[in-house]
Amino acid sequence: MLLIQDIHAETDGKKILKGVNLEIKAGEVHAIMGPNGSGKSTLALVLAGREEYEVTQGRITFFGKNLLELSPEDRAHEGMFLAFQYPVEIPGVSTTQFIKTAVNENRKYHGEAPLDAVAFLKLMKEKMRLVDMDQSLLTRSMNEGFSGGEKKRNEIFQMAMLEPSLAILDETDSGLDIDALRIVAKGVNTLRNENRAILLITHYQRLLEYIVPDFVHVLYNGQIVRSGTKDLALELEEKGYDFIREESESSVSATQPENISKT
Amino acid sequence: MIDLSYIQKRFDQLQASHPNDELASLRTEAFNRFTRLGIPGLRHEEWKYTNVSNLFNNEYQQALSASALSGIDQSFLDSIRLPGSTDADELFFVNGRFISSLSSIRSSNDELIVISLPEALKSDFAAIVKQHLGHSNRYLEDGIHALNTSFINDGVFIYVHPHLKQPGDLNRPLYFYHISDVRDNHILSQPRNLIFAAGGSRIQITETFATIGTMDNLSNQVLEVVVNKDAYVEYYKIQNTVNANQISTTHFHQTGKSYVHALSLTLNGGTIRNNTNLILDGEGCDSHLYGLYLINGRTHVDNHTLVDNRQPNCYSKELYKGIMDEYATGVFNGKIKVERLAQKTNAYQSNKNILLSDHASINTKPQLEIFADDVKCSHGCTVGTLDENAMFYLQARGIPQQNAKALLLKAFAMDILVQIKPDRLRNYVEQLISDRLLINE
Repeated sequence: MLLIQDIHAETDGKKILKGVNLEIKAGEVHAIMGPNGSGKSTLALVLAGREEYEVTQGRITFFGKNLLELSPEDRAHEGMFLAFQYPVEIPGVSTTQFIKTAVNENRKYHGEAPLDAVAFLKLMKEKMRLVDMDQSLLTRSMNEGFSGGEKKRNEIFQMAMLEPSLAILDETDSGLDIDALRIVAKGVNTLRNENRAILLITHYQRLLEYIVPDFVHVLYNGQIVRSGTKDLALELEEKGYDFIREESESSVSATQPENISKT
Repeated sequence: MIDLSYIQKRFDQLQASHPNDELASLRTEAFNRFTRLGIPGLRHEEWKYTNVSNLFNNEYQQALSASALSGIDQSFLDSIRLPGSTDADELFFVNGRFISSLSSIRSSNDELIVISLPEALKSDFAAIVKQHLGHSNRYLEDGIHALNTSFINDGVFIYVHPHLKQPGDLNRPLYFYHISDVRDNHILSQPRNLIFAAGGSRIQITETFATIGTMDNLSNQVLEVVVNKDAYVEYYKIQNTVNANQISTTHFHQTGKSYVHALSLTLNGGTIRNNTNLILDGEGCDSHLYGLYLINGRTHVDNHTLVDNRQPNCYSKELYKGIMDEYATGVFNGKIKVERLAQKTNAYQSNKNILLSDHASINTKPQLEIFADDVKCSHGCTVGTLDENAMFYLQARGIPQQNAKALLLKAFAMDILVQIKPDRLRNYVEQLISDRLLINE
């Protein structure tokens, strides 16, 4: 579904991703972990198409299409969804209006008629139950004055409405108390199926107890330095990121003589 | 130096044709003021950012009587009619002259009376007209305002009777259509009207403007509204005419505890200057002033507002919002005056702007003059661009860039749009804005 090959990306002249490789297949759940500043969120934003991040090298294909040539809206239409780390408040646009516009724009792209008011309302009610979202939030301005937990639930609610093929959850666990985390995880797990892939970006292992990944990758200094199963997350939890740091730095120094001898 | 001799000529003509008219002395006095003051240039503090002198580099015709006007066809009139026009009181002005044959007063005489100013001066309303006509002259001490007064002629006087229906129920809406017929000549229109909302009356007024033809037009229009004790006045001004140059003054004089809710909306035009004055001359006035300007091309909009607190315990709230694209320029100048007597004044003012292009600009200036010591006044202004984070958020959900932009701009405008209280007028305006922003709903 998604193939990331040797991606380098920078913003404001600062190199952040330095050769990321990753393949995600339908039905898989991948987790990317890593210390602060390792490039996790940059990777998510590069995938979603944020212009401020310039891809200087590498290739990304999504269902065989060159992802980097697609606008952010077309990436969404092709089935990509980013649950934002910091969902944006949009005063004056109600949650309902926002979601209805998004759903119908996606339908339009696929040549489908817009949902009528009744069908849309029914769909919304059904999906809201998934994340125990309070109905009063629908008429309020998008995310405005929502608590941290409500904002994150709203992201998962949108995911449920848009039914993406690939959902990228950027630190969806940050700022959530344990109850909210359970609700969000329950929502995500319900949406998990053999056609849908999920990429979890997280700092902590805690989320992975609720949404169990098939693969865990460690992003450090702009590269994936370790990949493994969910046990890798436990190892990280136990040893902290320092051991990755030490390991990655020693491996760099260890490979240097080799490189020299090759030249 | 601008040659204004053609204005002198027209003035002499007008005076000669109406020598014994009750308004003649008012005109003479104003014309002397006009000759002394001239057209304000950029050195005039109140006109610093709006150049109107270049608008006068043009010999305009002025319609001195209604009879000289040729026909405008029905389909044009229908195309500019406001929603719900069939049960509104509709007043049509062409080139500044009131055209009674086009107008329809559907209210009964015990609800509302519309007569021309000269007639009013011969009627039972003479004292009222004498007392209130020209009140704005004390506040707008410039040649442009004097010029309008110099040509006071057959404008209308409207007397709104105390409200007889259920509370909350308004009379019919009152619509003013100002048409510039510039098919054959460059035209200067100078409508001048006076509304007297009697104690306990309720009225909803909308003024709109239209142009027919392609020659230059300049409108220097003044509406004075007297709001008596317990009267309730809603007022909407809609400016949406390409290339129309306007100096448009709305002067509210609240003489007793009363309520005014005024909103101006500018979507199109050439050079536009709006003066909106609220004179709070009674204790406990409640006043709300809103404005939205959504402009592009080379449109220039200058909103000058004045809230003059003359008596204690008045409340005023003011919010103006603007979106400027391409080469459009905006000006907001909000003056709040609190006079020595006006203790316990509560006055709020805010101006918020979005610039969508590097060439667009806004000059915004709050001006507080406070002479009382126990008052609450606040003001604030912002100038920004479209929120990039919000744009990306919408796009990442599959909303195309253009639609995302339109959605955000409409959301920005929304807190002004919700202040248009009549549903059908609000829907009409929302549609104008959606069309402008290319929103498909």
